Amino acid sequence: MFNEGMWLLVGQGLLETLYMTIVSTLMAYIIGLPVGMLLAVTDKEGIRPSPTVNRIVGGIVNVLRSVPFIILLVAVMPVTRFITGTSIGSTATVVPLVIAAAPFVARLVESSAKEVDRGVIEASLSMGASTMEVVCKVLLPEAKPSLIVGAAIATTTILGYSAMSGFVGGGGLGNIAINYGYYRSQTDIMLVMVAILVLIVQVFQEIGNLIANKCDKRIR
Amino acid sequence: MSKIPTVQINNLNKTFGTGDGAVVALDDINISIYQGEIFGIIGLSGAGKSTLVRCINLLEKPTTGSVIFEGVDITTYSDNQLRKVRQSIGMIFQGFNLLMQRNALDNVCFPLELVGMPRKEAKERARELLRTVGLADKEKAYPAQLSGGQKQRVAIARALATNPKVLLCDEATSALDPTTTQSILALLKELNQKLGLTVIIITHEMKVIEQICNRVAIIDNSRIEEIGTVDEVFRHPKTMAAKKLIFPKGEYVEKISGDGKYLRLVFEGNSADRPIIANMVLKCGAPVSIVFANTKNIDGQVFGHMIIKLPDDEEVFRKISKYLDIENITYSEEKDYV
Repeated sequence: MFNEGMWLLVGQGLLETLYMTIVSTLMAYIIGLPVGMLLAVTDKEGIRPSPTVNRIVGGIVNVLRSVPFIILLVAVMPVTRFITGTSIGSTATVVPLVIAAAPFVARLVESSAKEVDRGVIEASLSMGASTMEVVCKVLLPEAKPSLIVGAAIATTTILGYSAMSGFVGGGGLGNIAINYGYYRSQTDIMLVMVAILVLIVQVFQEIGNLIANKCDKRIR
Repeated sequence: MSKIPTVQINNLNKTFGTGDGAVVALDDINISIYQGEIFGIIGLSGAGKSTLVRCINLLEKPTTGSVIFEGVDITTYSDNQLRKVRQSIGMIFQGFNLLMQRNALDNVCFPLELVGMPRKEAKERARELLRTVGLADKEKAYPAQLSGGQKQRVAIARALATNPKVLLCDEATSALDPTTTQSILALLKELNQKLGLTVIIITHEMKVIEQICNRVAIIDNSRIEEIGTVDEVFRHPKTMAAKKLIFPKGEYVEKISGDGKYLRLVFEGNSADRPIIANMVLKCGAPVSIVFANTKNIDGQVFGHMIIKLPDDEEVFRKISKYLDIENITYSEEKDYV
């Protein structure tokens, strides 16, 4: 059952999964990081409180986060096709992954930014820092360890989503698990796929914690 | 002291919230602080002193009233102008508020980055400042590796980086032990004398005021109750709020009941050898009772004050006041509260 061809397939699936996960995480952060900061800054306890902006952006984030991923996957197919020219394969999966992950990332970033000591922000304002300077020179660097832990959580969550995309031909390990393990009832293949996914989650989480601890100057 | 105050607070009010839920934090505050002064603002927690100091650099916007900094009303300034002004007003805090992910040197560099000073120049300046505060060997240390006193020294160096005219200290020594408090106060005093820095100190500790302030304002219930030189206010506190602060509860403040006159005698370095009270009793032939006394003998001189109760007799009072005048002892009659 596990012949050479099968292992080749698994290897390719693994690469696809990593590709989807990493590219989606990066793009989710390109969108989610500024949005999360915007949410933290415009919060009523933030440095530029703006209930209107906060409610609108927060509302969009909440709506996107409450759509189950499997439904989003199908619902955004026209958009996916428009952007990538296809709705199957791992590149196509990146589109719904980013749409689903960016709001999640935004909330993670927001909560990390809010952990930064209010006093430090006040001190930087007392030295004449602008809102932008507070974000770039205080919030981001001071929240760095927490942001990295958040990134590990985001990556593993996106990994899980990417496996789900196997149902609609998304490629990767999830696709193999569904095609062979579910449709052909080859339970052993399914188990191997799950084991590999568990292993990847462990690795990402450990790397995240390690970097976070390493760069956190509060721990000595 | 120059004639124009460095910081002048005029009819300042601050209310949090609106309508029924409104809380008055500051009520008609008027203070003038002059260049080179160390000015203390003392009050119990909740009196409004932290809000007041935040109104000086407008971290807190006053509801009404104005803050004049070096002759200019900065309450009318735009955000951009305010950021510039804040570079001339340093601030240190009870919680130090250092950037935890930056080492001591980079913390001091932070305000210099904000003004766009080139990195190399900023590092030079930061090193010089760390030397000034006595931490030349700690430039690579992160805040987590420093003690409370050292953290406050870094914070002071950081606050001074942009050569401010005024340094605001918000309970800057309240989180420190007595010895460290002493050394931080000594440093502030030194900076005040060396740089001509105007220092505004917010505290709830009498000792801080006593030790380094020239003038003091007592704030209670959102209002300034008393302003004067430290000597004046501490020796002859006029208001209830001042007395409460200077003589903590139970030790001193009591409502006077019954007949008789109460006199407060103030000893300002009289000889400890002279039996002043005993002589007074003998010379004036009056039985007085000592209601309260808090005196210290320092190098053979007496400092402190004492409350005595006299019989309700004008003649005795005249004799005693004459005696006290001759002995050169300050006294005042106390009513309602002692």
